[in-house]
Parts: sequence; C-alpha cells; structure tokens
Amino acid sequence: MVVLWTDALIYLLIVVMLALGLYLRGKEHIKRPLQQIGSSKIGMISLVVLLFFVLIGLLDSVHFKPADDKKNEIVSLLDDWATPLREHGEKTYSAPFAITLYSKEMMMLADGSIQWGYPRLEFGGRHLDDPETQRIRDILQKGFYGLAQGVGLTGLFMMLYLCIPMLRRGNTVRVAPAARAVVNPSTKAVWLVLFIIVPLATTLIHLSAYYHVFGTDKVGEDVFYQAVKSIRTGLVIGTLTTLIMLPMAIIFGILAGFFRGWVDDVIQYVYTTLNSIPGVLLIAASILMVQVYMANHEAAFTSVIVRADMRLLFLCMILGVTSWTGLCRLLRAETLKLREMEYVQAASALGVKQGAILLRHILPNVMHIVLISVVLDFSSLVLAEAVLSYINIGVDPTSYSWGNMINGARLEMAREPIVWWSLTAAFVFMFALVLAANLFADVVQDAFDPRRSGNE
Amino acid sequence: MNNPILAVERLSITFNHRQTVVDDISFEIHAGETFALVGESGSGKSITALSVLRLLPNNARLNAEAINLHGDDLLGRSEFELCKIRGRRIGFIFQDPMSSLNPVMTIGSQIEEVIKLHFDLTRDALKQRALELLQQVELPQARQRINDYPHQLSGGQRQRVMIAIALAGKPDLLIADEPTTSLDVTIQAQILALLKNIQQQTGMALWLISHDLALVSSIADRVAVMQQGKIVETGATAEFFNQPKHPYTRKLLSALPSMQSCLTHSTEEKPPLLQVSDFYCHYPIRKGIFKRIVDYVRAVDGVSFDIQQGKTLALVGESGCGKTTLGKSLLNLIPGSGRVVINGVELNALTGEALRRQRANIQIVFQDPFSSMNPRMLVGDIIAEGIRALHPKVSLEQRKARVRQLLQQVDLPEDSALRYPHEFSGGQRQRICIARALAVDPKLIVCDEPTSALDVSVQAQIIQLLKTLQQEKGVSYLFITHDLAVVAEIADDVAVMYQGKIIEQGGVAEVLTQPKHAYTQKLLAAVPVLKMDH
Repeated sequence: MVVLWTDALIYLLIVVMLALGLYLRGKEHIKRPLQQIGSSKIGMISLVVLLFFVLIGLLDSVHFKPADDKKNEIVSLLDDWATPLREHGEKTYSAPFAITLYSKEMMMLADGSIQWGYPRLEFGGRHLDDPETQRIRDILQKGFYGLAQGVGLTGLFMMLYLCIPMLRRGNTVRVAPAARAVVNPSTKAVWLVLFIIVPLATTLIHLSAYYHVFGTDKVGEDVFYQAVKSIRTGLVIGTLTTLIMLPMAIIFGILAGFFRGWVDDVIQYVYTTLNSIPGVLLIAASILMVQVYMANHEAAFTSVIVRADMRLLFLCMILGVTSWTGLCRLLRAETLKLREMEYVQAASALGVKQGAILLRHILPNVMHIVLISVVLDFSSLVLAEAVLSYINIGVDPTSYSWGNMINGARLEMAREPIVWWSLTAAFVFMFALVLAANLFADVVQDAFDPRRSGNE
Repeated sequence: MNNPILAVERLSITFNHRQTVVDDISFEIHAGETFALVGESGSGKSITALSVLRLLPNNARLNAEAINLHGDDLLGRSEFELCKIRGRRIGFIFQDPMSSLNPVMTIGSQIEEVIKLHFDLTRDALKQRALELLQQVELPQARQRINDYPHQLSGGQRQRVMIAIALAGKPDLLIADEPTTSLDVTIQAQILALLKNIQQQTGMALWLISHDLALVSSIADRVAVMQQGKIVETGATAEFFNQPKHPYTRKLLSALPSMQSCLTHSTEEKPPLLQVSDFYCHYPIRKGIFKRIVDYVRAVDGVSFDIQQGKTLALVGESGCGKTTLGKSLLNLIPGSGRVVINGVELNALTGEALRRQRANIQIVFQDPFSSMNPRMLVGDIIAEGIRALHPKVSLEQRKARVRQLLQQVDLPEDSALRYPHEFSGGQRQRICIARALAVDPKLIVCDEPTSALDVSVQAQIIQLLKTLQQEKGVSYLFITHDLAVVAEIADDVAVMYQGKIIEQGGVAEVLTQPKHAYTQKLLAAVPVLKMDH
C-alpha cells in the first residue's frame, strides 16, 4: 500500500471527524439538531448523494502498487476495479454509446482496398456482429440487466434493514406494522434516493463494460472514467483547502475582533497586504516552486501520480493561504459586534477567562457565518480549480479533474458537429456535488440555529 | 358624538391561519376625543392599529364586518385608494423616533415630502407649511433647524418631527403607537402635553396605544383594555380607573408600583458593604491626524456613595446621565478610576487573576433579557457558567444540583435547564439572568433597568422576586432605573444622577417626598400618576 500526501490528510480528516462524532455523541444539545437533520427530507437526500460522492472519493484514495507491476505504476482501489475501463482506450473522440469513431479516416479493408469512412472502435460495442440492427436492442437489454441488478441489490438491503429490528424483537409474524413503524418520511426519502442512485450506478457500470457511456475524449480515454476519477480531485480541493483556510480565518478573525488594539492592527495589516497581491500570481509562483523542487529531487518523485499529488497538495495550500482573508474580515466584524453583547459582559463579570469566552460565547455564535462561507467556498473552489487549470497552474495536466475535462473540451465546442459529452459529464457531476453540498449546508445551518429550530 | 370618526366592528386577525392575535373586537373613536388602547406586549394592540391602515405583514389574514372611517368602508378600498387615506386622513406616529426618520434627509425635506403627497403647493408654500408644522410641534428655533439632519436632534426633538410629519396631511385621526415609551420621563411629559395641545387646536381624534396605565389615566378620555386579542373592558377614564370591572383590569391596576409604598421601608442602619468614592469614568475625545486628546466625555464625573448590607440603593436618572456606565464600571466591564471597596477588598487596586477571583462579589442583571444570554447555550449551562469559572473544583453532579436549586429559587421549572433561552418569555429570561447572577453567591447585584423591558404585571413579579431573595440571602442591590415608581417600591436609599454627577442622595422616603434639588423636583413632577379618587 502506498500513502500519498493527500491520502494521509484525508485519513486524518476522517479520524478527526470520527473522534468529534464520538465526543459529541452524548451531548444533549447536539443530539437535537442532529435529530432535526435526520428528520429533514432534503437534508437526508442531499446527505445520501454527498456520501455517495465521498465513498467514491475514498475508494480512490486507497493507493497501492499492483502485484504484477511492470510499469512502476500506483493505482487506487477504484482504478483496480475499473481496470478494463481504464485500459479500454480508443484512438480519439467517439460519441456516447458509439461503435465508430467520431471522424472519418482512411481504413484498410480486409481485401486490401482503402476506404474513407468511420472506423469501428476497438472496445466500444466490439461484441456486436451487426451493429446496425443489434445496437439499440443490445444497449436496452444490457441497461435493463444493470438496472435489475441495482434494484435487486437495494431491495436486498431494504429487506435486511426492515428485518433486523424485527428479528431483534423476535417478532416475525407481524411484518406490516413493524415496517410502517420503521419507515418515516425522511427514511422513505432516503430509500427513494437509494432506489434511484444505486440502479443508476449499476446500469452505468454494467454498460460501461461494453460501451463508452459518456464517449471518449481527444486521446480516446473513457469520459465516464475521467468524470468518476475527478470526484476525488474535487473533494480534495474543496475539503483540504477549507481545512487550511478555516483555522487561519477563524483564529485571526476572532482575535482581531475581540482584542482590538495592536492585535487587530497587525492582523488587518497582514490580510490587507495579502489581499492586494493578485492571488493568481501567488499560485503560479508556488506551483512553479514545487515543480522546480520536484525536478531537483527526482529520486523522491519517481511516479507520475506522486508528482501530480504533490502539485495538488500545494495547490490546496496556496489556495487556502490566499482565500482566508474574506472570511476573516467577516468574522472580525461579527466579533466586534458580539463582544459588546450583554452575555459576553455577563460572562466576564462572572469571572470567565477570556479564552473560555472566545470558545464558548464568540465561536459558536459566528459558526453560522463559517458554515455558509465554507459551503460557498467549497463550490467556488471546485470552480476555481477549473479556471486555474485553464492557465496551466491548476492541478497537474496528467491528473483527472473536472477543470481539466472542461479545459480539454473547451476548444471542441467550436467544432461542427459539436463534441459535447466531456463538458456535459463534468457539468453533471460537478452540479450534483455542489448542489447536494449547498442543500445539506442549508439544513445543517437551520438545525444548529436554536432560534429557528422547531419552527417547522 | 353620535357619528364616530372610526368604527371598527368585529375585527379578527390571524397569523399563518393558526394563531389568532386579534379576536373579534369592536370599538369606536369619536371626533375630538382621546381613545386609549391599553394592554401588555403581545396583546395585539399595535396590530389592531396597523390593520386599520391595512399595513399588516404578509402572513396575516384580516377578517372584519366593517372598518368605517367617517362612514367610508375602508375594507372595500383598494391599496391605491388607501394610500391617499394613510397620512391624509389618518396620521401615524411610531414608537421609535430613532429609526423612523431617514438619516440622510433633512427634517425639512422629510416633512415637505409628505405635504407634497397630499397637497398641491408651490415650493415656497411647501417650505412655509413645513416651518409652520415645526412651529406647531414647538421645535425650538424651528427656522434654523429645518435644515438639520435627524442625528443632530435629540430623541424628544425627533419625536416632535415625527408628529409634525403625521400632522402634515391634516388628519382627522392621529394614531400614536407608544409615542413616548423610548423617551425620558421629563420629555415624555412634554410630548404628551404637546399632543393634547395640538388636539385641542385642531379638533382631531387621538388614538393612543400604550402599555402605561398611569400615562393613559392622565391624558385619555376613554380607555379600552386588550388581553390576548380581546377587548375585555371599555369605559370612560374616570369610571374605568375608579371602578374597574374586569378581573384582568383589576390585576393590572394592582400591579402598578405606587409611590406611596416608599413610606413603609425600614430606616434601620446596617454596616456598609460597598463604598465608592471619587469615581470617574472619562472617555477621551480624539481629534486631528495625530489623534490627540482634545477633551473628555465625562460619563461619570466624581461620584461617591455607600451601599449597606442587605439594602437597596436606587440610582435614578434620565438616559445618558451615566448611570449604566457607572454600574458597569463598578464591575470593571468599562474602565473607570476611583476607590471601590467591597467587603473590605479594594477592587480598583486589583488586576488580572486577583480581580477575576473577586468577581463573585458583584454580579449584574442587564436590561435587555433578549441579548443578555448566549442564544446557543442551554439555560443550565448559562447558569452554571459562573460556578465553572470561579469554583472549578465543584463536580458536575454538584453543579447540576446547584442549578436545580437556583431554578427553584427563581420559580422556574427544573426542566428549564435543558432548554434554550429563546423558548422563554421576557420575564422568565430575566429570572434566568437573576439565577445566573445568584449562582456565585454575590454580595451585591447591580440591576441595570431589569424591569423596563417587561410588562407591568411581570415587572411586579420580578420586583417581588428580588425582594424575596434579598430577605432570604441578605444580598444588596444597586438598582439602576429611570422609573421613580419602581424606586419607591424596592429601594431603601436613592441617589439621583444628572450629567455624570450625583446631585442628591438619601433615604427613599425623604428624597421622593421632600426633594431638595430642582432637578429631582422636576423629575418627580413629570412622573405620570394614576388619577384615582380615594
């Protein structure tokens, strides 16, 4: 097993979140908002979608060297499972579910004559003898098979879910009332989403073994595989950058607002200075620095994937360093307001230490701002990555990201007939992730605001 | 008198199809009379006034048989037609003069704007009319001040401008929604006299909405009492105050603090607990590019007083006289200078950790029960906070037991500990604040207007609670207030503060019955007293 830098940080993040979960499990005032999230339909639906993305991202974060390694290559669990997909490269563009290339070529026929036409794909639809008549039927057949697999799988899970509590009660006769008791509106919504997502996924997986479901790109790589691989990049940029940015923004913002005086002056000076340097400049400089460093220490960065990972990590760091100022400014202003509140004065009259006041009174009351800006930043960071890739200072060109996909597809928009699938696939995946994150954050924010909870 | 200006019949208002805030009420207002609608907060009185002008929020549903203005049915009018009635035939004065004026327009242009809506006048005539209005509301130096911006005026002057704006359309009916609540007593008396005066000049009807029974008794001709959306009693003022019929009205009247109660306090001397001498609180005013200190705002300017053990000193004064600053700087929440000795410990000599340890001696209860508790903490944690900070060795179990005991002392149910502050009413929140202060066994509690945001009946309960706690625990209070009636109810000694200085102090009976200083006399004269023939 090989642990890349970003992998390690992702594991750390998960450990921290689990520890936090364990610590907060017994707290009465945390339990109630969590129950509220649990009973919110939108919250649970978006959570399921998010978890689905996270699951793929995690699968893609367990890296190892395959046993029969000849190319000194590091692959992830996801790569391993998607090996045929990964290696089924075509020559160049082909449309979704196509069996021929997208452009005409000179083809040598079996009898040695040369013909100008669309050559058959090497992998997409190769099993068909007579594509003209069989193709549609074959797609529907295979699609239905995949769908049935997914429905069956989800159904099985649902049966288990319903049966376990009944078995525990030792009551196997009265199925209907027990089922009704377990299924409340939000769990029903979750099952509904699962019944959509899982069959959709199995259908796509099943079909992708025979066809390129989202087509192929310029160098003939499967777009579906690219889009799925990009999930990890998107999540890493969104979460790790936030992780780097948040402590700086929160600590500096609250300290500046609470203590004022010279502390405030210094912090304000730092962030106005940082803000007046164009972010792109800093990012370009640091990416260049990493590249020079890697070129000088070639022994440590032997594999392409290690290099790409290093660059991704640095991109996250430098994005974090350049993007904390906005939130910091907001938090400073809010803290300036909060420190004059009477409950803060009451706390200091009660002899509560300043550190405790910051933690207990100021921090929880600015968390709503943090939450909102984290989610907005998450989406804008995923988008920023696309923009940076465009001027070649984003993630490594060899690594998969929605930014790289959009960047690659950009020029083909002008082509006639248009090559639309790369862009669409990147858009659909990005849209689903960002929308789910936004909706979930809304629900979380409502639940943790005591003034709004319980009003629905 | 037979033809009412405004007749409301069977008006009901519901919010979100569930919550009925006004429940089937009917009343009439006649020309030239002052009609007062009295009730506690949340009883639906402001909503009633807004519904007549149809200024209700979107989630409200109005249901009425008739709302007649001079025989015109307002219910059938379109929004467009109502715009011509608002301001022209019905004037409206809001409670808060601070936020009702546009800060970036001169007061003159704000008045002219309203006149222009209703009358077709030339530029000069407009200016002339605006000036007349300002003179009518007795704004001093009206000719010069017509070009002033709202921030250049005091609260009372702003309320005068608001009245001028309301009068601009020469309305037949003026609705005044708590017109003096945010003003000082002396200013309040002036504004009320002004309203009465204008009413006599113009013959318009005045609809006064208020929670203050004493004020109503001095100005109204007829009174209606609202309770939970219903009018429970209506009557002419004299009859209403002398023979209240409805039990709720009787309860309201008996809850009023009375000035007579000060005579019953014991005058027995006790050893002093807190001694303050030569206390100053100056804020520097900095000017110029080098931020040189050019002058000081003398918020508290050399005051000295003592508080005896188990007694209450009331600190009285109008807003801006420095009484809150003094209270907070005694707790070192605002920097001040001077000698403060409590229980033999000189507080002003302490800093840092030593000061923190002495925090238990003085505690504070704030005016606004809504902003004085962290909305994201459970009530139990809020109360236990002081114990956690000052007695870190107390175990979790002991702390929980102590919180239960404190909740019991302030008459709140035990399960309150696991609820959030927003689930409680204003009076209950104030009880929680008192429990929080009591948690560390203070010798002295500074009560900064603890009852002024509360309704009369709740106010009476809180004062009763404070008195009971004083008897049980022997705690002293520094009771900061602008309300002399409350002073009479609770205080043993009184100190009157004016512009940062204490101008008169002594026993409560002495100061309230034989005030020596001219300012104290003025203050006492301005207090609206319930007119009752005993």
